[in-house]
Amino acid sequence: MTEAAVTGVLAPDVASEMRAARSHLARRFLKNPLGVAALSILVLIVLAAIFAPLLTSYNPNAVSVLNILQGPGAGHLLGTDGAGRDVWARLLYGARYTLAGALLATVVAAILGITSGLVAGYYGKWFEAASSWVTTLLMALPGIVVLLAARAVLGPSLWTVMIIFGVLLAPAFYRLVYAAVSGVRNELFVDAARVSGVSDFRIIARHILTVVRAPIIIQGSIVFGIAIAVQVGLDFLGFGDQSIPTWGNMLNDGFTNLYRDPQLVVWPGLAIVVTTVALTLFANALRDELDQSARPRSRRRAVAAATATAPEGPDSDTVAHEAPDSSAQAPLLDVEGLAVGYPQADGSVTRVVNNVSLDIRRGEVHGLIGESGSGKTQTAWSVLRLLPAGGEILAGSIRFDGEDLSRVPDAKMRDIRGGRIAYIPQEPMSNLDPSFTIGTQLTEPMRIKLGVSKSEAKARALKLLGQVGIPNPERTFASYPHELSGGMAQRVLIAGAVSCEPDLIIADEPTTALDVTIQAEILDLLRELQRELGVTILIVTHNFGVVADLCDRVSVMQKGRIVETGPARSVFAAPQHPYTRSLFDAILDESQARGPYAETRP
Amino acid sequence: MLTFTVRRLLYGVILLFVIVTLAYLLLYAAAGDVGRTILGPTATPATVALKNQQLGLNSPLLSRYFSWLGHALTGNFGNSWFTNQPVTTAIFTRLQVTLTLVFGAVIVSAVLSAVLGVWSALRGGSVDRGVQLFSVLGFAIPGFIIAVFLVRYFALGTHWFKPTGYVPITTSFSGWIRTVTLPVIALSIGLVAGVSQQVRSSVIDALRQDWVRTLRSRGIPERSVLFKHILRNAGGPALSVLALSFVGLLGGAVIIEEVFGIPGLGQIAVLATSQGDVPLVMGLVVAIGVIVIVVNLVIDLLQGFLNPKARIS
Repeated sequence: MTEAAVTGVLAPDVASEMRAARSHLARRFLKNPLGVAALSILVLIVLAAIFAPLLTSYNPNAVSVLNILQGPGAGHLLGTDGAGRDVWARLLYGARYTLAGALLATVVAAILGITSGLVAGYYGKWFEAASSWVTTLLMALPGIVVLLAARAVLGPSLWTVMIIFGVLLAPAFYRLVYAAVSGVRNELFVDAARVSGVSDFRIIARHILTVVRAPIIIQGSIVFGIAIAVQVGLDFLGFGDQSIPTWGNMLNDGFTNLYRDPQLVVWPGLAIVVTTVALTLFANALRDELDQSARPRSRRRAVAAATATAPEGPDSDTVAHEAPDSSAQAPLLDVEGLAVGYPQADGSVTRVVNNVSLDIRRGEVHGLIGESGSGKTQTAWSVLRLLPAGGEILAGSIRFDGEDLSRVPDAKMRDIRGGRIAYIPQEPMSNLDPSFTIGTQLTEPMRIKLGVSKSEAKARALKLLGQVGIPNPERTFASYPHELSGGMAQRVLIAGAVSCEPDLIIADEPTTALDVTIQAEILDLLRELQRELGVTILIVTHNFGVVADLCDRVSVMQKGRIVETGPARSVFAAPQHPYTRSLFDAILDESQARGPYAETRP
Repeated sequence: MLTFTVRRLLYGVILLFVIVTLAYLLLYAAAGDVGRTILGPTATPATVALKNQQLGLNSPLLSRYFSWLGHALTGNFGNSWFTNQPVTTAIFTRLQVTLTLVFGAVIVSAVLSAVLGVWSALRGGSVDRGVQLFSVLGFAIPGFIIAVFLVRYFALGTHWFKPTGYVPITTSFSGWIRTVTLPVIALSIGLVAGVSQQVRSSVIDALRQDWVRTLRSRGIPERSVLFKHILRNAGGPALSVLALSFVGLLGGAVIIEEVFGIPGLGQIAVLATSQGDVPLVMGLVVAIGVIVIVVNLVIDLLQGFLNPKARIS
């Protein structure tokens, strides 16, 4: 089968996408100033090593007893070392040996690591097990000790030592390639290639290696730096081949003469520092650009989605099913003209909630209903003042029991949270701290808010767990979150919400993440608790069943605005706003086919 | 928890066994004429043969290996070929010095990394950039180069610290501080660079978790959210980086001890390998292997403490 046919069979956009990503990466990298600077320095060092004879007329090994330890100047640019050799010449020629040695180690490590990683990742089976064992073995050994031992039996040759070190470093490449390959092994495009009879070798070369190319370059420059460090270290200890000029030998000589000429260690030290720092900066810049080129597309999409949610403009057409409740006492929570937005990098502000007004009376269960992205959760978080990073309340007031929460200081808000306004999240499993027991997480707020003792808090927590229907409170108290089911975890979170006797509970889609049978149980629990404790509940949901089941009143939200509000009964009986009607039509109903989706605002 | 510990320990012992076996066979296979090495080129063939016989080198390699292994299990690693000192004595007198440096570096690094990592994750901006820059430099520059510069500029320049030697803490506390400070700094910088970066990214990651919002919604003070909950969750990955770096730290100590003239394991490692003192090298391999295994086990147990999910698997 020819290559053209293969590319034709294999989703061509995957291949072209990869190619595009690659050329992107190179172009982006060249725009990264730090990366370019690092690369330039590396190129300069390599050029200096290659053209060493042009940059100095001295022989790096020419010993001169008459010229020992001369300072800079006087014919020797950087002076002479302990044997009267020219430091500048040794620095240049030393770069040759030091870099070539490190390159050798890197190449050996890369060849061994990449091949074994490809084979283990692609074929798996026994080779996989064996490789991972060898990897563990190699990584358990301090490299320098192995090299010392190897040098003792094999002699001081720079090249032998670097080959052995290359073997020791192979796991760095193996792990990288293995992880990447076993990740793509079962991708569709690889399967397709396999089915269409492409040889394994070709699949690996064309479709798998391209995935890991940039990470290999990054890893390579890091390994190169490590190889320089170890090689210099060995020479510094006096274990290298003393007959060749290397930076390590220079460092050794400088350190021996530290008291007579403290400047001698500085030159090779600087050369090593500049080279290894440049290598690291190069690797970091490449990695940054690689991360960047993987991201921008999804980010653009997310912003676009968010922007679509809340058009600006006055809230003129909220359908109210009743006259404002002026006769009775003031509402517990009174939101007026609330707007929430996220400032963007370009200076604009993406509004997600726009001019929302909402009043929740004492003791009622109020439903806030709307489709995903309509801004109902953002509204709920604004009341708690727990908007995600970057979110801001742009306008409006949130009066809770007479106090404007949008303006109270942080410390006061902390007192209100938990103590007076509590929160039940949507996804139970991700809302418990995985590192602490349920008991710790339940008692900590009680001890702060109610000021009770540890044992008192425990007694209360156990009672609460029983109240929310947990069969074995003692055991759950001592459990960690991962040991609970989703339904149990949600019960725990509900217990946490009511633990400090709040006046208002904000429940953000408390049943969405649960199984249908559990959903009903949780709703029952909320209804019971509400009746027992007389607490006010604001329940955010996209489910009319929940509203019908639980709520006294309901507000319908669309695109960051409230479009209809009133007693649940009356809204159900006679929905006025086209959007509310379309939500009702969207409910699967035996008697009636689904009506058309009403797009009320362009 | 107990089975977990036992299994990890067993795994470590098997690993150690494999390393030791490979090391023994390779070292002796490559050792050449041991008697000649010890006695030097002037010795007569007869005395060389006698020396080889004394050392028991005439019996087959495998039987020698098993007899060595048997003795090793009882804690007898033989004597050094050159000083005749028992290997265990030679190692034990120096082990304490090296462990002081290595664990000193681990403790210093753990504290500094936590502080720097949390600080740069929370503050962002110029603090973050400063810590990042430090991390790049600390990662890139080999520890012993830092050590050489520390000796050059601090020990020689200021005389606050001693450039060479080691004073046990039992002899003089100030002397101990003056001798260990620079080596511990040199060992720590690379470690802090890696671990603080891990702490930083784990903290940033943890701050985005849902449960942080829920904790705040309960009115938990920010101090507790940060230092009790987030730091504990960020601790696991940081500990893994620390564990992975530990082997490198032991290797680094070899050269750093040489720079500061500290009589630790590094010094006899250099000596023993350059002389080809196989019994001593074997003793070192075992000692280092045991340290690595014990440290990894302790870190695994700590992981279990930090991350309850790790306790089962």
